[in-house]
Amino acid sequence: MTNHWIDIQHSDVILCIGSNPAENHPISFKYINKAVDKGGKLLSVDPRFTRTSSKADHYAQLRSGTDIPFIGGMINYVMQNNLIHKDYVVNYTNAAFLIHEDYDFNDGVFSGFDPISASYKKDSWAYQLDADGKPLRDDTLQNPRCVYQLMKEHYSRYTPEKVVSITGTKLKEYMDVVETFCSTGTPDKSATIMYAMGTTQHTYGTQNVRSYAMLQLLLGNVGVAGGGINALRGESNVQGSTDYAILYHILPGYLKVPTYKNTDLTAYLEKWTPKTNDSQSANWWQNYPKYMVSLLKAYWGDVATEKNDFCYDYLPKRSGNYSYIKLMERMQRGGFEGLINMGTNPIVGGADSGAIGKGLDKLKWMVSVDLWETETSVFWRRPGVNPKDIDTEVFLLPAASSVEKEGSISNSGRWAQWRYKAVKPPGHAESDSFILDKWIKNLKKLYAKDGVFPEPIVDLDWNYGDGHEPDIDMVARECNGQFTRDVVIKGKQYKKGQQVPSFAFLQADGSTTSGNWLYCNSYTEKGNMMKRRGLDDPSGMGNFHNWSWCWPVNRRVLYNRASVDLNGKPWNPEKPVISWNKSTRKWDGDVPDGGWPPMSEDGTKSPFIMIPEGYGRLFAAGLADGPFPEHYEPMESPVANALTRQQCNPAVLAPKHLDNTGKYPYVGTTYRVSEHWQAGAMTRNLPWLVELVPDMFVEISEELAKKKGLKNGDMATISTARGTIEALTMVTSRLRPMTIGGKTVEQVGMPWHWGFNGLTTGASANTLTAAVGCANTTIPEFKAFLCNIEKGGIKS
Amino acid sequence: MGISRRTFLKGSALAAGAAGAVALNGKPAEADFKKPALRIKGLKTTTTVCPYCAVGCGMIVHTKNGKVVNIEGDPEHPINNGSLCSKGSSLFQVANNDLRLKKVQYRAPNSGKWEEKSWDWAMERIAKLMKESRDNNFIKEEEIDGKTYTVNRNEGMAMIGAAALDNEECYLLGKFARAMGVGYLEHQARI
Repeated sequence: MTNHWIDIQHSDVILCIGSNPAENHPISFKYINKAVDKGGKLLSVDPRFTRTSSKADHYAQLRSGTDIPFIGGMINYVMQNNLIHKDYVVNYTNAAFLIHEDYDFNDGVFSGFDPISASYKKDSWAYQLDADGKPLRDDTLQNPRCVYQLMKEHYSRYTPEKVVSITGTKLKEYMDVVETFCSTGTPDKSATIMYAMGTTQHTYGTQNVRSYAMLQLLLGNVGVAGGGINALRGESNVQGSTDYAILYHILPGYLKVPTYKNTDLTAYLEKWTPKTNDSQSANWWQNYPKYMVSLLKAYWGDVATEKNDFCYDYLPKRSGNYSYIKLMERMQRGGFEGLINMGTNPIVGGADSGAIGKGLDKLKWMVSVDLWETETSVFWRRPGVNPKDIDTEVFLLPAASSVEKEGSISNSGRWAQWRYKAVKPPGHAESDSFILDKWIKNLKKLYAKDGVFPEPIVDLDWNYGDGHEPDIDMVARECNGQFTRDVVIKGKQYKKGQQVPSFAFLQADGSTTSGNWLYCNSYTEKGNMMKRRGLDDPSGMGNFHNWSWCWPVNRRVLYNRASVDLNGKPWNPEKPVISWNKSTRKWDGDVPDGGWPPMSEDGTKSPFIMIPEGYGRLFAAGLADGPFPEHYEPMESPVANALTRQQCNPAVLAPKHLDNTGKYPYVGTTYRVSEHWQAGAMTRNLPWLVELVPDMFVEISEELAKKKGLKNGDMATISTARGTIEALTMVTSRLRPMTIGGKTVEQVGMPWHWGFNGLTTGASANTLTAAVGCANTTIPEFKAFLCNIEKGGIKS
Repeated sequence: MGISRRTFLKGSALAAGAAGAVALNGKPAEADFKKPALRIKGLKTTTTVCPYCAVGCGMIVHTKNGKVVNIEGDPEHPINNGSLCSKGSSLFQVANNDLRLKKVQYRAPNSGKWEEKSWDWAMERIAKLMKESRDNNFIKEEEIDGKTYTVNRNEGMAMIGAAALDNEECYLLGKFARAMGVGYLEHQARI
């Protein structure tokens, strides 16, 4: 989230698209209600009329996978009717920047496309530069090569009529949403977009999010109270586990995992430290070397020195995409001997889960660490297999639950909050940290004797006390970072062993450690900031700076330097995030995105400090599939692309196991229910929740039910090119058939929480989904696939 | 295992344990009606944050003799002000649940059942397997487009999951995985 949960109350318009907070983030709805009570409008855009829709001022149905036409039409409406927040757009975004003369877009494909590698060469997406290397700009926004004009032209094709012919939305419903949302381009109004997996789980998921961000930038809604782009994260610490980089492509704090081409630390830092020729750009990532060296020092301690590149060689270098789908494909080819599952259940939660089961059969060993006997942990006795045929050695280690251990978790609003240990885990169960501690200590012993490249393990700095499990307080201190020797920084003396006050003090010379630079400031000499319970709120804006701690440096609203005009005065003085105090020459309010004076003064910096050029990107050259979001159909779709002849995202290679022949006529999609959670182990084993929602079901429209002879409670069989499941039918008016290109399109919805094990069992919806991912993130396209549905169970 | 009304009620009775504690002071329940603070008399209180979605609702955990007897919303928490959803309200049943794993389980190759094992045995066995897989599948150098690069990668194992772990545990997990040379490190954020 750029903003945070409590801040939603300040919105004039709330757009829930690809999310259903009333169902999946119920307590967040308090703040939606508060906004609505003050006259705000709630808009719900979803394939299904959800619990959120039932509370909305306007609901618009869209066919799953058509966010870009829906939002593209809004961008077009804002630009054609000149509803932009012009001062914001000119001064804070790259709208005025001129783009390379060779940039082009033709019939669904951007310039630079190489069909063989299914990827783009991005030279033509670059800015035009002046003699000093700074982007050329036209502040009148009239130059035909400026971002604004290119964008206006690109989205002029997205007329309301064209949009609804793709999305299936009724024109009146569409225009109600468009007009309400696009009324927030005035400085005194703000709108927020709340999105979740309905947005990201597409082969163009990143571009879906981009389209939201672009619309918000045009309306001047980023950085302000009640504004922003707000991802509603589905797991209590999926924000933190991402910040801490349990992912193949990043290291803690969004540093890059080195690739084979980054042959030493110098080459690595050269490659990943962004540069700018604009002295007005803060280009915060210029500090990259300080963060990387501090991480290496946290990993390998005193062994890491300038002479040995701070042990850079110890890090594995990647030479490809190792994301979840690729990992599972490699496992299916027998590519791994071992797999470790830390509180995760891939044969329920992964795309094309039947294939994942077959992949597990090929492992030599597998470890699951969990509170429960998950489906994955007993894959060797899943329906349809004989345990005798499966050679895998399997370990199931009993873990501690959230109230049985101590540590912090980070919510969607980036607040890192501390949890205390209330009781010991049951029986012999132990915390994850206990388990990791035992593994590394055993391995250190083994590698001290012999082994391949033992140094990274033997030299690993792993000193967290002599207790039964690692001292979590010591780990939290290391995550923040410490001085490794006495130093003077910014005129102040710091002693060896002291906590680093914030990432502004981290160094690239080995004098500091930091396990995650983004969390540097979470545990200072004043103590563990994440434990704070202060309820003071002097601004009355609900930012609660003394409650827990949030990254970065306790800044509650990101990009807040864009919430003020050029003189530092809030666009909306009624709802200030920060404001420039002329007498103190400091910012009042939230922790500012850097303390530099406002844009009208000397020594200022541009507001988007994480972007090398300093401006919000309406045009973004860094993406794999184009600088502007463009409409493509899902990999499986019942209709042809009505905008161009490019049916699917050209930057995504189509996998096997797709079927667009018409054998599977309906759009399938998955969702969640309030009473269950993710792959189900944490809810399908609790009697209270099982009583509330006991069974797997499939939701269809009244029209489709009639056609297929299905009634509420009937068993139905749902099939795709990947697999077949059965579920109880739920007939509702929440799903309506749509007419698209003269054709009736039905959508079929299913929750994905079920599996074959636990207190309540049922079919896994992911048996049906396809393992094909977003061009940028490789997040699977769970939300749109083709299926068929027939009356009766599988055996009937 | 099926779900019955009986198991459901058994859970509810445990939830009522906090009220039962009040009865231990010898006063009839009615006498305490005007003094609800006594409901938690003698109970240890700790705060926590909900483990389900990422709203980050605060919770209060009441324990007695090392057992969780009640979990409810934290009224002081600025986000949820004491309220919880259906899942958060059920966290009590995570802490008190017969289906929770309590022992290390091991399934030998081709076996149809679990066997109980000690932590020491399992942790030594797993470390040995990890080492074998790493040593047998470690790629020090890789030839790409006719050039040799140092990659120091362990191709023998993959690690997934982390979103249910605390930040500090995630940090340790990442540190462990990178030291082991694991490139295939992924979790729920990607799905």
